[in-house]
Amino acid sequence: MLEIKNLHVNVEGKEILKGINLTVNAGEVHAIMGPNGSGKSTLAQTLAGKQEYEVTKGEALFEGKNLLELSPEVRAREGVFLAFQYPIELPGVSNTNLLKTALNEIRKYRGLEAIDTMEFLSMIKSKMKLVELEQSLLSRAVNEGFSGGEKKRNEIFQMAVLEPKLAILDETDSGLDIDALRIVANGVNKLKTKDNATIVVTHYQRLLDYIIPDFVHVLYKGKIVMSGGKELALELEEKGYDWVKEDKVLL
Amino acid sequence: MTEVTDFKELIISRFGEFVKSLNGSSPVLVNSIRNEALESFSRIKLPTTKDEEWRFTNISPLLRYNFNPVVEKHEITAKEIAHFQFKNSFKNQIVFVDGIYSDRLSLSNGLDKIIKIENLSVAFNANHELFQKHYNKYAGFQDNVFSALNTAYTKDGAFIYIPDNRYIEDPILVLFISTSSNNQPLIQPRNLFIAGTNSKATIIEHYVSLEDNVYFTNAVTEIVVGDNATINHIKIQEESRSSFHISRTEIDQERNSNYESASISFGAEISREDISSRFNGEGGECTLNGLYLTDGTQLHDTHTMIDHAKPYCNSHEHFKGILDGKSRGVFNGKVMVRPNAQKTNAFQENNNIILSNEALVNTKPQLEIFADDVKCSHGATIGQLDDESMFYLKSRGIGEETARTILIHAFASDVVKSIKVDSIKKYLEDILDNRFNKES
Ligand SMILES: Nc1ncnc2c1ncn2[C@@H]1O[C@H](COP(=O)(O)OP(=O)(O)O)[C@@H](O)[C@H]1O
Ligand SMILES: [Mg+2]
Repeated sequence: MLEIKNLHVNVEGKEILKGINLTVNAGEVHAIMGPNGSGKSTLAQTLAGKQEYEVTKGEALFEGKNLLELSPEVRAREGVFLAFQYPIELPGVSNTNLLKTALNEIRKYRGLEAIDTMEFLSMIKSKMKLVELEQSLLSRAVNEGFSGGEKKRNEIFQMAVLEPKLAILDETDSGLDIDALRIVANGVNKLKTKDNATIVVTHYQRLLDYIIPDFVHVLYKGKIVMSGGKELALELEEKGYDWVKEDKVLL
Repeated sequence: MTEVTDFKELIISRFGEFVKSLNGSSPVLVNSIRNEALESFSRIKLPTTKDEEWRFTNISPLLRYNFNPVVEKHEITAKEIAHFQFKNSFKNQIVFVDGIYSDRLSLSNGLDKIIKIENLSVAFNANHELFQKHYNKYAGFQDNVFSALNTAYTKDGAFIYIPDNRYIEDPILVLFISTSSNNQPLIQPRNLFIAGTNSKATIIEHYVSLEDNVYFTNAVTEIVVGDNATINHIKIQEESRSSFHISRTEIDQERNSNYESASISFGAEISREDISSRFNGEGGECTLNGLYLTDGTQLHDTHTMIDHAKPYCNSHEHFKGILDGKSRGVFNGKVMVRPNAQKTNAFQENNNIILSNEALVNTKPQLEIFADDVKCSHGATIGQLDDESMFYLKSRGIGEETARTILIHAFASDVVKSIKVDSIKKYLEDILDNRFNKES
């Protein structure tokens, strides 16, 4: 589904990603772990199409298409979804309006008709239950005055509505208490099918107790320095990131 | 353009003809003020950018034309104005065509006799006491050349009188339509709205044009909000893009009165909006909201003045601008808190979004505070559409144009939402859609 080859990315003239290789197939869950500042968000946002991130080398293919040549909106319509590490507030834009507009633009791109309003409303209500969000948040402005946990759940709720093929969750777990974490993880697990894939970016191992990854990658200083199965996460938890720093950087 | 004569001289030379056209119908009171105003008009210099109050608003394009006071009445059909009536949602409307009252198009349905929605020139005679008391008492012309001009040529305008203890549920529409019947007309509405003690009304002032004509609207509106009365005032300026619009609204707020307004400006090549409220009693509330949209070479200038002359009054001002092309915006918000006006709360905010590289805004708060126990704040911002917000919307599959429209709507939304008349809210949202959603 996603094939990243030797991806180099500069931010403000500085090289942040230094040759990422990663292949994600349908049905898989990949975890990307790494210390702060290692480039996890840069990778996530580059895949979503953030302009400031300048690709200097390499490529990323999404279902065979050159992802990096597509505008952010077309990537989303093709089925890429990013749950932001820091979801922004959009005063004056209602949650419902955002979702309906987004869903209809995606449907239009795929040659489908605009969704019927009643159908839309009942669909979003059922998806809200998935992440246990209050219905009253629907008519409110996107993320405005939301608690940290509500913002993260709102990201997963949007993902549930838009049904992406590839979801990238950027530290959706950070700042969540254990109950909220369980709710979010549960939502993600329920949305999992054999046809979609998830990249879970996290700093901590604990999310991976709930979302069981097929692969774990360690990103450090802009490179994937280790890859393994779910045990790798536990090993990292035990030994800490210093272990990566000391032993593996020279690889 | 016809032969260029001095702007003022030409207008003054038409005075005789204008007075004759009134056919002696104008009352003595108005006529004596008229002569005085003409004298002021010829005496006071037209403003230039050297005048502090007009620093960023150069009116020389206006002075290049030979505007003529309208003396003749032209009729248009109800069908022609249908588009501007917000889907006929109002039972009461007073209509002016090129500034001249149209009896045929005006309606007052279901109102009892004592509430008045009339043409000013008729009302003068029938309401002598009210006029004696209020006409020309708030919008002085001694130092205002445009008010002097308006007062010298006062003929028609909306007179609305809500007697004590009356609530008018249905909004009252005051519609000014310009046509192409006259050559470079000078249109000078003169409005007087009086809300008696404990009364309440919603008044909508709508300025529109049937065609893209050159004309000059120079409006003066005086508003008296009596003790404990509420006036909700919506002004929508959608003049022709080749026209000029200068408007002055003076509000007198009595004890515990509430004046709430939304001033929306879309049209005219150059528009200037002066809104001044004076608290003449304790416990008053004044809320001024505004939204201006400009593009091309348009210029819109808002000047507000809140005179906290009495203690225990609150004012809130929130003006928003969306500027594109090479357009210009000006906001000047003056707040005066006089020495005895303790416990004053005055808040002012002006936010602007610039959509192009060449649009400009000059914004300036002017707080003059002479009391110590007061809360005043002001803020001004000028920025672009937020990149992060754009990226967020796009990352959800929303295309560039739609994302822009959503953010522009969002930016304008608190002003649009402050409008309590649904049909107007919808009308404005449609305008925003048409203007910014180029895809659909
Ligand atoms: N917009 C940006 N401008 C400047 N530097 C940035 C920007 N985004 C990220 N960086 C830098 O890139 C590096 C990687 O950051 P990031 O991808 O956020 O790491 P992580 O998500 O792994 O914590 C850091 O050194 C950070 O300071
Ligand atoms: Mg990060």
